[in-house]
Amino acid sequence: MSETTGDRPEVRVQPEYDATFRERIAKNKRNSLFLFAVFFAFVVAFGYVLGYAYVGDPVGALFGLFLALVIGTISGLVSYFAGDRMVLAASRAREATHEEYPVLYNVVEEMRIASGLPMPKVYVIDDSAPNAFATGRDPEHASVAATTGLLEKLDRDELQGVMAHEMAHVANFDIRYSMMVGILVGTVVLASDFFLRTLWFGGGRNRGGNSGGGGYVQIIMLVVALLLAILAPVFARLLQLSISRQREYLADATAVKLTRNPKGLADALAKISGDNEVLEVANRATAHLYIANPVKGFEKRAKSMFSTHPPIQERIAILRGMGA
Amino acid sequence: MLIIIFVVIAVVLVVFAISTYNGLVRRRNEVEEAYRQIDVQLKRRYDLIPNLLEGVKKYFRQEQEVLTSITEARARAMKPQSPGQQAQSEAQLSGTIGNLFAVAENYPDLKSNTVLLDFQEELSSTENKISFARQHYNDSVQVYNTKIQSFPAVIFSRMLGFTEKEYFEAVGPERESVTVSYN
Repeated sequence: MSETTGDRPEVRVQPEYDATFRERIAKNKRNSLFLFAVFFAFVVAFGYVLGYAYVGDPVGALFGLFLALVIGTISGLVSYFAGDRMVLAASRAREATHEEYPVLYNVVEEMRIASGLPMPKVYVIDDSAPNAFATGRDPEHASVAATTGLLEKLDRDELQGVMAHEMAHVANFDIRYSMMVGILVGTVVLASDFFLRTLWFGGGRNRGGNSGGGGYVQIIMLVVALLLAILAPVFARLLQLSISRQREYLADATAVKLTRNPKGLADALAKISGDNEVLEVANRATAHLYIANPVKGFEKRAKSMFSTHPPIQERIAILRGMGA
Repeated sequence: MLIIIFVVIAVVLVVFAISTYNGLVRRRNEVEEAYRQIDVQLKRRYDLIPNLLEGVKKYFRQEQEVLTSITEARARAMKPQSPGQQAQSEAQLSGTIGNLFAVAENYPDLKSNTVLLDFQEELSSTENKISFARQHYNDSVQVYNTKIQSFPAVIFSRMLGFTEKEYFEAVGPERESVTVSYN
């Protein structure tokens, strides 16, 4: 009959349900809220300083602050309600039907049954690099995406392991946090870029100091704004790193609990890490979403503070320890 | 002062009892939902089989008995019966479907036929879905049973009719006795 249900290794998985499971979900929800608060404070401060720098007086600063509040609220709400669609569009994902990709669709459905979650939307990305991610604000609005390279290079058990890992992110509410990080970080980077570019054109209405002390403060604010704009990408990078690498281990463990087959995911990770193709559609805002870091050359400095993922060899070793 | 302390303690206890009770009810409903999911997947398999058999019929002219054995096993499994018999008929149905794939191996041109490959994928996946639905049911039972056996729920869980649910035992042709229990 089926290749996956037959001769499965006997796996004992510690049932990390209930308390720890719920704690993890609660923690992810708290993190999302904290992230949003930090982002909001940043946008407001940025708006105040920018307003001052452009207009040159406190009234301009308040106007900038007001504008920032509006923009911050809108982009926060948009990232919450439409972030998944933005991430999917940025990754050039298209919806996969059961007719076109029966194996992918079936494997996802198997994993949603094993996890007791609602069926997520299934997407494919036309890219030969094998990778996958999940996104959405909660399990009722979740999407999973796999590259066509993943479908070609993995066998059914391996694909099942990868999709179990993605469904684990859905179950743990990791997806809301990851998605908001991606969109908010992207917004901050865009805003900084916008400021740095427009600075050389019309910015600074009464620069030149013909109105006394105001010009002096304006120049200071301009410097502060410049610093903020330059530091924003660094800030964004730090936020991405704040996504705990531990979550990847937890998703791996949950995936094994769902499939009862650590070998599938271990083999899949080995294949993905051994693959040299570059995932073209991944960028710095979405890199942390994927099951393995799509930015190549990363394994060399895998243990460094600046990686979004734990070293893949370590994840494989842990899975092998479970009986793979 | 003392009265206030007593009132506070009483309120805390009531809130605690209510939330524990609601937690138990939610868990029990989750177990029941998980059980229904198994039925949904079994039914999906019954619905799938005639369509898929129709699709491969012309390739299987010489292997008519394989097809009839599946049809018969399906009819047997769909009859209302005791849970133990039910599990056995399901295992038999899986066995006959396995036969079909084994027979297909003898026909090289058939092995690569897309109709049969789709057929194989759909049925394997349905088999997986049934077994994952059972697994999820067992996982839910484990959570629920642990909950009602642990303090503080253990004090009143039995009084309020929260009894242990039984696990869905592993079902397969290799196992002799098969038990399916659900109250």
